[in-house]
Amino acid sequence: MSETVAVAQRVPPLVLIHGPESILIERALSQVAADLRLAQPEIEISRLSGVAYDAGTLPMEASPSLFGEARALIIRDADEGSEAFQTDLLAVLPDASEDLVLVVVHKGGARGKKIVDALKSAKARVIDTPAIKTDRDKQDFTTNEFRRAGRKATPDAVRALIEALGSDVAELASACQQLISDTTGLIDEQVVMTYHGGKVEATGFRVADAAIAGDAAEALRLLRHAIATGLDPVPIVAVLASQLRQLVKVGAAGRGRSADLARDLGMAPWQIDRARRALSGWSGDALGHCIQAVAAADFEVKGGGRDPVYAVERAILTIAAEHGR
Amino acid sequence: MSVWREVVGQEPALAILTKAVADPAALTHAWLFTGPPGSGRSVAARAFAGALLCPQGGCGECRECRTAVDGTHADVDIVATEGLSIKVDQARDLVQLAARRPSVGRWRIIIVEDADRLTEHSGNGLLKAIEEPTARTIWVLCAPSVEDVLITLRSRSRQVRLRTPPVEAVAALLVERDGIDPAMARYAARAAQSHVGVARRLARDEGARIRRRQVITMPMRISGVGDAIGAASDLMAIAEEEKEGALTERNTAEKERLLATLGADPAARTQPPHIRSQLAALEKEQKTRATRFTRDVVDRTLVDLLSAYRDALVLRTQAPVALVNEDTMDTVSGLARAFGADGLLRAMTAIGTARERIAANVPPLLALEAMAISLRVPR
Ligand SMILES: [Zn+2]
Repeated sequence: MSETVAVAQRVPPLVLIHGPESILIERALSQVAADLRLAQPEIEISRLSGVAYDAGTLPMEASPSLFGEARALIIRDADEGSEAFQTDLLAVLPDASEDLVLVVVHKGGARGKKIVDALKSAKARVIDTPAIKTDRDKQDFTTNEFRRAGRKATPDAVRALIEALGSDVAELASACQQLISDTTGLIDEQVVMTYHGGKVEATGFRVADAAIAGDAAEALRLLRHAIATGLDPVPIVAVLASQLRQLVKVGAAGRGRSADLARDLGMAPWQIDRARRALSGWSGDALGHCIQAVAAADFEVKGGGRDPVYAVERAILTIAAEHGR
Repeated sequence: MSVWREVVGQEPALAILTKAVADPAALTHAWLFTGPPGSGRSVAARAFAGALLCPQGGCGECRECRTAVDGTHADVDIVATEGLSIKVDQARDLVQLAARRPSVGRWRIIIVEDADRLTEHSGNGLLKAIEEPTARTIWVLCAPSVEDVLITLRSRSRQVRLRTPPVEAVAALLVERDGIDPAMARYAARAAQSHVGVARRLARDEGARIRRRQVITMPMRISGVGDAIGAASDLMAIAEEEKEGALTERNTAEKERLLATLGADPAARTQPPHIRSQLAALEKEQKTRATRFTRDVVDRTLVDLLSAYRDALVLRTQAPVALVNEDTMDTVSGLARAFGADGLLRAMTAIGTARERIAANVPPLLALEAMAISLRVPR
C-alpha cells in the first residue's frame, strides 16, 4: 500500500500491479494514470484486457505511432489471458520505453506467472495490491484511507468501523469516504457510532462483549432490543463465533508482543490486547464448550429448530455461565 | 464399445434399463435414479439417454451416443443446479420445454441432476408435466435417495437404484478409460471410496493427493481447543485451495463468453449499464456456485476424515474389511490406540453432525470448529 500515497511519481516504462484486491487495483491504476498525465499531459492512454483477447492486438497497439506521441497501455486481467495473449505480451515487453509505458494488472495465481516473472526481471515497478482479508489488513487499509485524505482517526474509531462494516471491503471503503466528506476534525468512536452504530454487526459485538464478560442480563437485554428493532439473529451469531474464535487463538498463542501475535494471527493489535483482557476467567475447555453451543445455535437459527431467538438466547446463557468456570 | 461403458458395477440397474430401451412401446416416462454420491447417477442418466436415442440401442460410437453422454445432444436437457435449490421459474421453463417435440431424435430427455433440490413449490410445478407427459418426453430425476425427493414426484416415477461400485470396478475403469497406471488406479479408487470423479482427480492430480493426505493425518494433532480451531481453519484452507483450482478457469471462460456474446470491450474501464448488469448477474451466479462448491468440497473432505476414524474402528474390532487408508497407517493405528471404540463412534457422530450443519447452511468454519473440538485426542 506504500505506493498509493498521493505524491506524483515519475512512471517507469514498465509497471506491474500485482494482487487480487480490486479496490487497491483501482486506486493504483488511477494513481498511475494521474502520474502519467502530470509528467506528459499529451499522453494517449489506451486499455485492453487479457479476457477475450484477439491474438495480434498487443503488437499492433504497441507499434510506434505515426507522429511519435507518447502512449501508455493499461493491460488488465493478465492472469486471465490465453496462451496467445501471454505470448504477445511477452513479445512486446522489450518495446517498453518512456514513450510506450506498459501497465500490467495481474491479480495473482499461477496462470500467467511467466508474465509476472518477466516484468520483475525487467525491473518493472511493482505495486502490490494484496487481498484485504484479516482484521489487521483492514486496520491498515482504514488507517491509510484517512491518512490519504489528511484526516486523523482514533484507534477506537477504526476498531468500531471495522466491527460494523469490516465484512465487506468495498463497504468499508465507502464508509471511510463518507466519514471523510461528512465530518470535520478528529474522527473518534462517537462519530463512527453516530453514522454506523445501528449496523447489526455493531450490535453483535456489544452482545458478545457482555456475554463473554459473564454479564448474561446485559447480553440478553441487548439481544432482545436488537430483535425487537427487527435485526436478524444470523449475523449476531456470526459475531459471537468470531469473538470466541479470537479468544481461543490468542489464548493458545501464549505470551509474546501484541504486534508479533497480531501479525501471526492476522488480527489487529488492539484485538489482541482486548482478547487478552477478556481471557481472564476463561479456560480452553470452557471456550470449546461455548463454540459448540454457538454452532448448535447457528444450526437452529438456520431452520434446524423451532425458535431461532430462543436458540441464540441459550447460546448466550451458556457463554455467560461458562465464564469463570 | 457400449454407451454403458462408464456405468461401473451397476449390473442390477443395467438389467432394468437395457430392458426398457429394448421395448420402447412399454417405456416409462418418468424415472428416478437414486444412489449415494459417487455412484454415478448423472453418468447413468446420460448413458440411458444415449441408449434411447441411438439407432442401435446404445452402441457408444455414433453421434447420438456421444453427444448424449457429453451433454451436447439437442434433445437431451441436463438441469444441474449450482444454487442450493431449484427455483420455481426454472421449473416453469422445464415444463415448457417438456411440452415441445424432440428436434432431431425420437425422444426429448430431461435429466434433473439434483431432484433433491426441488422445493415444495418448484417440485409441484413439475408435477403436472411428469404426471401427464408428452408422448415423446422422458424425465430422469436423480437424487441420493428416495427420501430426498418430494413424495408427489417419487410416487409417479420408476425408481432405479444405483450402488457404490466396487473399488476394483472403479480402478479398472480408470486404467481402461483414462490410461492410469494400475497401482495408482487402485490407490485412487480405494481412497475415493469408489467415487469415480474423485478417484480420477486423485489419480491425476498430485495436489489433490497431497491435500487428502493432509486431511487424513490431521486427527492425531488435535489435542487442545487451540489445536482444534487451527485444524478447522486448515481444513477450510484445503477446501478453498481445491475450489480455486476447480473454478477459476471456468469462471474466466464464462466471463469471456458473455463479453463476446454482448460484443463488449473487455478492456473498457467502465462498461455500459446493460453490460454491467449482465456481468453483475454472472458474478452473482458464480459466487453462488462457489459457495455451493465450497460446501461440497468441505463435505468431501469430511468423508475423507471420517474414513480415518472408520478405519481405526475396523482395526480395533479386527473386522475383516479392507481399509480405505492403508497408506496412512500411522494415523489409523494411532487413532485406534488413542480412542476406545466408543470414542471413535462419538468422533464419527461429530463429523456427521458437522456435515448435517454445513448442509443446513451453518458457516462451514464454525461447523468444523465445533466438530474439531469434539475430536480432541484423549490424554
Ligand atoms: Zn449409438
